[in-house]
Amino acid sequence: MQLPQYKSVSKLTLEIKATLEMNFKQETVVGEVSNFVAHSSGHWYFTLKDATAAIACTMWRGNNQRVSFTPRNGMQIIVTGDISVYPPRGNYQLDVQVMKNVGVGDLQIAFELLKEKLNKEGLFDQAKKRPIPNAPGKVGVVTSPTGAAWQDIISVAKRRFPLVELVLAPARVQGEGAAESIAGAIDELNKFDDIEVLIVGRGGGSLEDLWAFNEEVTARAIARSKIPVVSAVGHEIDFSISDFVADLRAATPTAAMELVTPDGNKVFAFLDDKIEQLDSAISNNLQAKKDIVNRFITSPVVATPINLIKISAQKLDLAVTMFDNNMANYIKDLKNRLNSALLHLKANDHKRIMRKGFVFVTQNNKLVKVSTDLDTKQLFDLNFIDAKISIEGKNE
Amino acid sequence: MSKQKSAVSLFKEKLERIEEISALLEDQEIDLEKAILLYEEGMKLSQECIVVLKDAELKITELKNSFKSN
Repeated sequence: MQLPQYKSVSKLTLEIKATLEMNFKQETVVGEVSNFVAHSSGHWYFTLKDATAAIACTMWRGNNQRVSFTPRNGMQIIVTGDISVYPPRGNYQLDVQVMKNVGVGDLQIAFELLKEKLNKEGLFDQAKKRPIPNAPGKVGVVTSPTGAAWQDIISVAKRRFPLVELVLAPARVQGEGAAESIAGAIDELNKFDDIEVLIVGRGGGSLEDLWAFNEEVTARAIARSKIPVVSAVGHEIDFSISDFVADLRAATPTAAMELVTPDGNKVFAFLDDKIEQLDSAISNNLQAKKDIVNRFITSPVVATPINLIKISAQKLDLAVTMFDNNMANYIKDLKNRLNSALLHLKANDHKRIMRKGFVFVTQNNKLVKVSTDLDTKQLFDLNFIDAKISIEGKNE
Repeated sequence: MSKQKSAVSLFKEKLERIEEISALLEDQEIDLEKAILLYEEGMKLSQECIVVLKDAELKITELKNSFKSN
């Protein structure tokens, strides 16, 4: 039976590995360091590059301990080593055994020269830094529409303060023509008169990836922007030329967006606080009004009416005296009238009875009240209302 | 370009008015009727602000520049 005409991935990779490793031994290469990482294990990982090509390099701990300097991105170095292939990832790299420093790389030199030039021109002057609005209505953003930076900016805006409006001027942020694209986008956003701040940047990358932000074209566009600029080039440690020219530097696009938007939670807290203040202010105000009323109600005079009387005690005394006097006079008058009436009554009492037909008997001008007092043998008088009739006593 | 006030500036104006009102209300000499009117205005604005911020939807404009059209 004929075997089919194919190889396993492993077999092909092993053949490539054997070919490369056999043919590229003890190569000495010159190039610029980038993406340099000193891993905690002690091994070094970096890319060696020139204008048109790059190669991954590793330098194991045992080898790099003999190197007298620590490589930095942008540094030109000469290395000697063997090519090795790593089958699980199918990539090749240069295992560096010896490293020599040949000086600062071209990019680094360009960076230092431009920095010095622009600094002399005053583009970095602190006095030129404009204040960044803390709650702008519209924020202009210059970055790649497909990059992580743009997504980060959107999510920060949504999370913190979605009232803000974002205007994206898409730009190429790396590669050919990137600086011109960034500068054009900055100029374009400057045509708006209601954009209050610009964020210019991109996510992290190698020195080469970020190079557009180290170019003069970009720096000049930031410098001439009438709108304040926050630079947001994703790298924590090194500064770009854009960072020096911008009004404010943020370490990442996320940080930039946080700098230009208030924290929504703080705004809510502020509002809660104000609502509480309004509540307490109105109740204090009401309390103040109540206090005025209470002060009146509890004032000594109003609180204890007796005091009112005390205060006019003298008046009252006077009134009472006057009343007493009047009453005394009245009673006196009444008594007089009563006495005279009684006298009158006494004088006329018997006549009222006699008018009804009663007759009374007198003997020797004395009233005879009972029959046994009458001496029937002597003269006595019958007193009528109109006359007196004398009756002769019986002489038996 | 648009001269219309942005959502943020309207929001900020409301916040400023709320601050102003709470300062005015601290003055106990203010008469009761006026105080109640201010209180109501302040509460209304606060509620409005909370609703506006809670319900806000991020507005995004993407310019169609030379890079984009590439």
